[in-house]
Amino acid sequence: MTTPTAMLVAHKERRRATRTRSIKAWYRNGSLMAGMIITGLLVLVAVLAPVIAPYSPITQHLTDALQPTSPAHWLGTDKYGRDVLSRLIWGAQVDLRVGFLAVLIPFVIGSILGGIAGYFGGWLDTVLMRIVDIFFAFPFYVMVIVLVFIFGSGEFSIYIAIAAVSWVSYAKIVRGEVLIAKKQDYVVAARLGGMSHARILVRHIGPNVLSQAIIYGMSDIVMDIMAIVTLGYLGLGIAPPTAEWGSMINDGQEFITTHWQQATIPGLVVVVTSLGLSWLGDGLSDLLSPERRK
Amino acid sequence: MTETPVLRVANITKTYHLGSTLIDKLSRDPNKHSSLRALDGVDLRLNKGEILALVGESGSGKSTLAKILVGSSTATSGELDYHGNPMPTHRSKDASRRIQMVFQDPYSSLNPRISVGSMLKELLLLHKIVPRGEVKKESIRLLNLVGLEEDALDAYPSQFSGGQRQRIAIARALAVRPDILIADEPVSALDVSVQATILELFAQLQRDLGLSILFVAHNLAVVQHLSQRVAVMYLGRIVEVADTAELFSNPRHPYTRALIDSIPRMAAGSVNDEFVLEGDPPSPFNVPSGCRFNPRCPYATDACREIDPALATVAPGHESACIRADELNELAAAGTKNN
Amino acid sequence: MATPLLSVSSLTIGIRRKGQPDTVIVDSLSFDIQKGERFGIVGESGSGKSLTLRAIADLLPKGVEVLSGSIRYDGAELIGMPAAQRRKLMGPEIAMIFQEPMTALNPVVRVGEQIAEGPRRYLGLSKQAAAELAIEMMAKTGIPDPARRARAYPHELSGGLRQRIMIAMALSCGPKLLLCDEPTTALDVTVQHQVLRVLEELCADSGASLAFVTHDLAVVNQTCTDLAVMYAGHIVESGRVAEVFSDPRHPYTKGLLDSAPDFDQPDRELVSIPGFPPNLAARPSGCPFAPRCQFAVEACTTAMPPTDEVAPGHFAACFESARIFEGAAA
Repeated sequence: MTTPTAMLVAHKERRRATRTRSIKAWYRNGSLMAGMIITGLLVLVAVLAPVIAPYSPITQHLTDALQPTSPAHWLGTDKYGRDVLSRLIWGAQVDLRVGFLAVLIPFVIGSILGGIAGYFGGWLDTVLMRIVDIFFAFPFYVMVIVLVFIFGSGEFSIYIAIAAVSWVSYAKIVRGEVLIAKKQDYVVAARLGGMSHARILVRHIGPNVLSQAIIYGMSDIVMDIMAIVTLGYLGLGIAPPTAEWGSMINDGQEFITTHWQQATIPGLVVVVTSLGLSWLGDGLSDLLSPERRK
Repeated sequence: MTETPVLRVANITKTYHLGSTLIDKLSRDPNKHSSLRALDGVDLRLNKGEILALVGESGSGKSTLAKILVGSSTATSGELDYHGNPMPTHRSKDASRRIQMVFQDPYSSLNPRISVGSMLKELLLLHKIVPRGEVKKESIRLLNLVGLEEDALDAYPSQFSGGQRQRIAIARALAVRPDILIADEPVSALDVSVQATILELFAQLQRDLGLSILFVAHNLAVVQHLSQRVAVMYLGRIVEVADTAELFSNPRHPYTRALIDSIPRMAAGSVNDEFVLEGDPPSPFNVPSGCRFNPRCPYATDACREIDPALATVAPGHESACIRADELNELAAAGTKNN
Repeated sequence: MATPLLSVSSLTIGIRRKGQPDTVIVDSLSFDIQKGERFGIVGESGSGKSLTLRAIADLLPKGVEVLSGSIRYDGAELIGMPAAQRRKLMGPEIAMIFQEPMTALNPVVRVGEQIAEGPRRYLGLSKQAAAELAIEMMAKTGIPDPARRARAYPHELSGGLRQRIMIAMALSCGPKLLLCDEPTTALDVTVQHQVLRVLEELCADSGASLAFVTHDLAVVNQTCTDLAVMYAGHIVESGRVAEVFSDPRHPYTKGLLDSAPDFDQPDRELVSIPGFPPNLAARPSGCPFAPRCQFAVEACTTAMPPTDEVAPGHFAACFESARIFEGAAA
């Protein structure tokens, strides 16, 4: 018994249709395109900072302090005479790097713990989830501030602090997804196929549950950049004189009446970055969600 | 039937305990701290090379039994023999390979992110069915066996229709060379015009590969076409077992009779208006005393409310769990209702 | 023939797209339902049978709309009728029963009150009278101990009882047309049998017409007087149930009948229809069934065959009907 030709032809047609549909979905998915363009440009700026920044972001020229916008300094200079545009460009490098890395660590830890809790259930799940609840109950910033105090300010302690706080979100998301996925018949079938729990969790469940965590990760980068900016503003972030958007807003605000661009432009950049990453997350969620693939 | 059955279960029970929180235990609501008996002493044998149909309504426990047979759930008590030897509770990789399952929903039974080829490859290599070099050849053989072509190898499940997905799921089950297939309502999610091809595929696998198949279903017309023997389940028990033709022509349990009379008919002149079963299937939380079918049975007597009948032989190869099994034909003919 | 209760003509349902041709799901469908008729609409998934029913009830999912055609109920045009006026018809004139009663019933309102709501609003009954009517309707659908069950919430009832509640609710205002969307598909055989009987009897008693959508041919045979067979958004055959079942004139109907197991003929070989229904977006030109049809000729792939009256009251849309069923007709 072989497939009748008509069936095969229809089958091939359907496959072609699926493929073109997914390519079209990329173009038609407006928020994904917008998000990719904005995020892509920001990453480009961050990577090319040494090339495109007209001045050094840290060298002080106290004689040139608080210049207004001019052809030499498009956005003027700050109170130490540093070019605001150059600091903004170098700041992209710091903020994006910290944002991405601060998501990566809790993403990995949270996904692994959440996956294990959801898949095995029982007392392991109960214990892990109670720990998650405890972490969840602390207000984010209070927790981060306390941890930064303990570890001292600096990039490393920001990673530790954010990771300690935000892994719980990933654990919750992945656990919830695993709870749904593990009831699917394909998981039962894999068990009947004699596969080990580790293999099922990593190869069969993993790819089906991570998309939600990845989407959340996109919005979490936004949150993390906000956190760095806020910490920078509170003086707990990246130590000066490193250029960083939060500390720029903080430094600029005392001159808000005379040199509005010093605080406003970095603020706007933060907003645009957040928007870009949120759109990217939205677009990815459209693209990755399984309903679309059916 | 002196031959050792490929699969035999005896007195299988499965109890689910519900409401395990302290508040539920203290609660006076009986539903909150009762246990649910999904299976209540099931005896069944699957002979080599046969298709045995297991029919029953929702809540009868047929899917629970299927899960226990494949090992994805364990029985609370009872025996499960494979080729005459007890099957260990925790099956080894090789033991679980022998009994494979085909699921009802071909959408949830295939992993959307794994291609057909890599799904088959993983199983073939894990169980060392063929050497690495022959994996592709063997995968194509499996696909051809279920009526699909080589080009399905690179495709993902979403690219197939329901019927084709069910074929892929069958290919997966066959990949590990099982000798028993448990099929849990494998055609009930498919369109009518596609159902027939899948049924034909099962018949062909039985014929060509000598597979023993337990076919769980609720559609009696389907069962009648496919199986050699039928077991009827009601509320966690087998109430009647017989060869297919015998069961449908000479049912010896009133529940089987009711099921047959409820089947919507296809032929214009064959609309059945005779017998309507009263009431809904009772909940397994609250199994009636005596014969579990007595509250819905038109022929129930006082004895039926007291005696819980066991499955007994009423004719060669025909077992029924009804104390009035012998009178049933006359009762039906007379239309008497003893309540 | 008297004015039909429901007259659907050239009904086309689809999704409007900006700057692109509309995606047509149901293509210029026409059928009539007479007073007291029990009309079955049979088709496989994706045939458009449920959408047709939902178009009559004005319950099309978001984005899907009636692109053209007319639906006349008791002489009045429903398409283009103001929403408020059309809503007034739903309940006292047209009622609907869904496949899954659990999602159609309000989980936090007692079932008796849910049944009573319609009569209170449309028939102007007092709270007391409506509650009594609700219990009476429940008794009519064969619910044991209706007074007690009326105080239950939907989740406390079994699937069969819930579907009876839906029937009681649908019939409580005495509608003239009852729309059923696979009402017994989720039920067990014995319960399906009970529910179909109840539905049939109550329609016969009140003289209501039935539009019954299902994929199960046997259920249609059991319940309906007339039927239309739908394939890929078209009616390919229609007529009296007894006649269509015994003498099908469209290869798809024949294929459906041959592929479904028949309890009365256990030894008949099941013949399936090769292939699967066309993709909505890439619908073939000509007869939609042509790619799967063993009898297809050149003409079938170029033009949609017209609907011909092959026998009095029996219609089929197939160029080759006369040739294919020559032997059968004799």
